[in-house]
Amino acid sequence: MVEFRYRTDEVTEQPSVTLDAFLDQSNATAVRLEPDDDARALIPFLDRLTLIEVAFPKFRDGRGYSAARILREAGYRGELRAQGDVLVDQIAYMRRCGFDSFAPESSLNPDAVARALANYDHAYQGAADSVVPIWKLRHG
Amino acid sequence: MYKYDNYDQAMVNARVAEFRDQINRRIAGEMTEDQFKPLRLMNGLYLQLHAYMLRVAIPYGTLDSRQMRMLAHIARKYDRDYGHFTTRQNIQYNWIKLEDCADILEELATVEMHAIQTSGNCIRNISSDQYAGAAADEVTDPRPWAELLRQWSTFHPEFSYLPRKFKIAVIASSEDRAAMRLHDIGLELVRKDGELGARVFVGGGMGRTPMIAPEINPFVKADDLLSYLEACLRVYNRYGRRDNMYKARIKILIHEIGADAYRRQVAEEFAHVKTLGIDPPLAELERISAFFTPPAYDAANVEPDRKDPDFALWLDQNVKPHKQAGYAIVNISLKPIGGIPGDATSKQIDVMADLAEKYSFDELRVTHAQNIVLPYVAKRDLYAVWQALRDAKLADANLDLISDIIACPGLDYCSLANARSIPVAQKIATRFADMDRQRDLGELKLKISGCINACGHHHAGHIGILGVDKKGVENYQLTFGGSGAEDVSIGKIIGPGFDEDGVVDAVEKATEVYKALREGDERFVDTYRRVGLEPFKEAIYG
Repeated sequence: MVEFRYRTDEVTEQPSVTLDAFLDQSNATAVRLEPDDDARALIPFLDRLTLIEVAFPKFRDGRGYSAARILREAGYRGELRAQGDVLVDQIAYMRRCGFDSFAPESSLNPDAVARALANYDHAYQGAADSVVPIWKLRHG
Repeated sequence: MYKYDNYDQAMVNARVAEFRDQINRRIAGEMTEDQFKPLRLMNGLYLQLHAYMLRVAIPYGTLDSRQMRMLAHIARKYDRDYGHFTTRQNIQYNWIKLEDCADILEELATVEMHAIQTSGNCIRNISSDQYAGAAADEVTDPRPWAELLRQWSTFHPEFSYLPRKFKIAVIASSEDRAAMRLHDIGLELVRKDGELGARVFVGGGMGRTPMIAPEINPFVKADDLLSYLEACLRVYNRYGRRDNMYKARIKILIHEIGADAYRRQVAEEFAHVKTLGIDPPLAELERISAFFTPPAYDAANVEPDRKDPDFALWLDQNVKPHKQAGYAIVNISLKPIGGIPGDATSKQIDVMADLAEKYSFDELRVTHAQNIVLPYVAKRDLYAVWQALRDAKLADANLDLISDIIACPGLDYCSLANARSIPVAQKIATRFADMDRQRDLGELKLKISGCINACGHHHAGHIGILGVDKKGVENYQLTFGGSGAEDVSIGKIIGPGFDEDGVVDAVEKATEVYKALREGDERFVDTYRRVGLEPFKEAIYG
């Protein structure tokens, strides 16, 4: 269940299909990536996708962070959802990598999530969000 | 030395607040230990055999007297009055209470220090050459580059849940004092057509599968470096093994797919990443470099008076040439005979801070061999420095000799260890306590790990000792021929292991074989490489 969503458009109703199913019959508009799926396989189809769900079966498995950035760097503007073992202290990094909705397996405390997202005013490095890296602030 | 601006300070302050919140949630039961573990680990907090251990970052091993005094203060106030300097140029405290951690970090933040990413499966503290800025053979000071990498890697959103930990070293000399090619990424700064850039080595490491990093790129320009490293890390994050933690380091990926395939994948990724505009302009490296300008040297080139023989011994062994005439690099040994390698009391830490402030333009370095360096001492002050060190029991003249042992904490502290390391180090140092004997043996790097994870760098020891558990009994394997320097190599196991006293005897026999067979000014490792294992094996097992 989507607990946190940082978009204003309508939630897509279509259930997401696996990457293999999507590549076979690609009229679906929602797709689900498992950790060992290659996010780049979706690049030719980004225009017609409204939801990409990235699975985090274990929070320690960080492949989904790279998948998210690859999709955003390729210009994907639809909903990018982190689903699974998503914890309070992962959400800030996930936001920076381009995720804008979260469906954690175990419900999260909204206050803790809000605190985690508000913790840092700046970031050292550029990522998939709109945060201006500190080096750029220093050099105007 | 680098000084924080408001941005840097705000990041560290925010981290303190965040970690305090995380600890509170853990204590309140809102997180399981399993969920808390990666968070505390990303902040250098380990649960060891007897207590929590906190590892504080000393970026590229450089610190000033104010920071050094803070380390002493923490040892006094929160620990048992000592700290342990590590092979990653950090310091760790072995007896920390969870409820004190946030306060400790808050105190550290007041002197521009932190424990960020000193553990966990993320990019760790960047290590470097302890003689940076003082070495005659460097093409540039590597520390501004290391600081650039520190900032880039701090709270990196994509690379904080890597398959395994990730260690980066930066050097700028052909002499490698940082075991650069035994890191996940080793950077050697070089000059090409007048332009500075980095030779990039990827996939080195020790642990249970030691590997020497192959060269992946002979020259990456300064303003491409972060994009290139992002590409290196992204390929690893996507394709590094996650099915087996013992095969999860990047060295295994590169070993399995081959350096050429890895190089190609990185090149493809780099071509893409470079278009994202994530590289700071050269002006940022210049801004950082301005903090590392040479100090205001003003001493005449006077040779110290050598009439005190103990002082002369120390001069010859622990004091190294400086790029500035009139100055010298002082190595402070944290390896007293019979002591614990890398340990220093709060009082000793304060003494070293005072000496740095008075005699070394307020700078100190931590070395990967677990010693301390005063990088800018005027030769006219060497005798005064030595006297103060002697009074603090810090004047052991054993740099790079057999008693200058690297040892991990071992089974005395560590929950991963199979065997104790410290008592073996103490016994070997005591066996070779006679300084004439040590000096006669010359450079002999002896390194001890208490388990296969190799935190004591045994693979890189001219003589390496690996503690294993053999049916419930501590057993020690010997390896010969390793090196972490520019002649980098991995030591080889010489045969069946020994008990604690047996391994000390075996080391002694090996030194006798060396003395009998050495030619000219060969070091132990040179003789071993020339004659091979057989004569040593015969003497030890024969």
